[in-house]
Amino acid sequence: MKFVLVISERDNVATALQALEAGRQLQLGGGAINVREAVPSGHKIALRAIHAGEPVIKYGSPIGLATAEIPAGAHVHTHNLASTRGRGDLGPAEPAPQPRLAEPVDERNGR
Amino acid sequence: MAADAPVPRPGFRGYRRPDGRIGTRNHVLVVPTVICSSVVAERIAAAIPSGAALPHLAGCGQLGPDMRVTHETLAAYCGHANVGAVLVVALGCEQVVAQMLAETARRHGKPAEVVAIQAEGGTVRATEKGTRLARDLDAALAAQERVWCDASELVLSLKCGGSDYTSGLASNPTLGRVTDRLVELGGTAVLGEIAEIMGAEHLLASRASRQSTATELIQIITRVETEARALGLDIRGTQPSPGNIRGGLTTIEEKSLGATHKGGERAPLEDVVGYAAPITRKGLTVMDTPGLDVESVTGMVGGGAQVVVFTTGLGTPTGNPIAPVIKVTGNARTARQMADNIDLDVSGIMDDSETLDAAAARLFDEVLAVASGRPTSAERLGHREFAIHRRNPTI
Repeated sequence: MKFVLVISERDNVATALQALEAGRQLQLGGGAINVREAVPSGHKIALRAIHAGEPVIKYGSPIGLATAEIPAGAHVHTHNLASTRGRGDLGPAEPAPQPRLAEPVDERNGR
Repeated sequence: MAADAPVPRPGFRGYRRPDGRIGTRNHVLVVPTVICSSVVAERIAAAIPSGAALPHLAGCGQLGPDMRVTHETLAAYCGHANVGAVLVVALGCEQVVAQMLAETARRHGKPAEVVAIQAEGGTVRATEKGTRLARDLDAALAAQERVWCDASELVLSLKCGGSDYTSGLASNPTLGRVTDRLVELGGTAVLGEIAEIMGAEHLLASRASRQSTATELIQIITRVETEARALGLDIRGTQPSPGNIRGGLTTIEEKSLGATHKGGERAPLEDVVGYAAPITRKGLTVMDTPGLDVESVTGMVGGGAQVVVFTTGLGTPTGNPIAPVIKVTGNARTARQMADNIDLDVSGIMDDSETLDAAAARLFDEVLAVASGRPTSAERLGHREFAIHRRNPTI
């Protein structure tokens, strides 16, 4: 069984498919990664260094922003990654930004 | 088979209703108009083989929009294809109008009766009369037979709950392949839980067949996000839930990207509808439901879904009074530990012992078998959870 799964080539994190111990070396398509700290099964591990404020990418899409410097091989979870959505704690509600469509929408089936 | 023999289209054996719709179950629905008549309705339903009650907490003391949603949801169940006949149990002084619910059932060609607790003279008399009426309705239904129906007649509700990291990697992509195949065959699928599309809306919007549908999807997600933010609270802790976080999901965006796999990769987004509103377009529809599992399933079944596929990582028992709910997990431990509640184990995807396509083929066959009458775990265990979404205080 694989140790980790990288879903999209754009991702900067992988999902641990079993508990990873610190010090283990993972061989991935793009090279080797040293596991810096224990990562529980199902949790995420950084594939490369992610700077504070940079988006964390999984499934090829952003899943939030890094809240601290994340070195390659580190455990990525609530201590260093935070959502940007629905965050009433960050201030008063404003109209949410309109997400950009991934591609132009055509008008087929113009019922 | 000869090389030129036509490939048979997939289908199932269902109940063809007078209004042309297809049911996968044949219930006598016993509907309380109000919380006050819920116990009598439950007792009547329990006394007959095909009985299904809709006990609920509403029906009175509600203001405009909530009252409308309560009435429309109850009416939607009265007209639902999985219901063969309706008995309405009223109290007598409530806001929901019993005769209007009975009329809805009759408009769909179903026999319908009303019993009112105040008019009958109390719980015992109303239960007795209601049970006699329900037994007669049940006897009439017993004569109805299933007929062969094309898979395109199916409206499949797509649901996930108790998600963990396996949901986005195994069970949701498996269901997504079933969605794509069903829609290619001309069928319909419905995705709810707007908060759990937050962060993945760009993927669904890009598949909208019309610009107006993409715009509606974005507007509805913006509304939910603005409402959440207006409370001044941190959505973290609710979305994702504590169990989601223990399972390795960190943010709502991550949960949503995994959850939205249920809607497939190709099926065009054809419509965005309100809570429990009729699903009228073939293809994929998004319904405006909250993330709370029972309210969400209640709404999607109200919209017309005859079968629910519910993926789970951590395991969950939720059923529905009139629609079979199929539980699928990609977590091998949950498949073992909660075997009572799980219908399909797709954890082989996680250890590469089964491909997504093979798991999807098994799930598609399971959907058709359940549509033809095979009972699900939730049905065998008597799980009939029902909850109408409400937004405003009770007055």
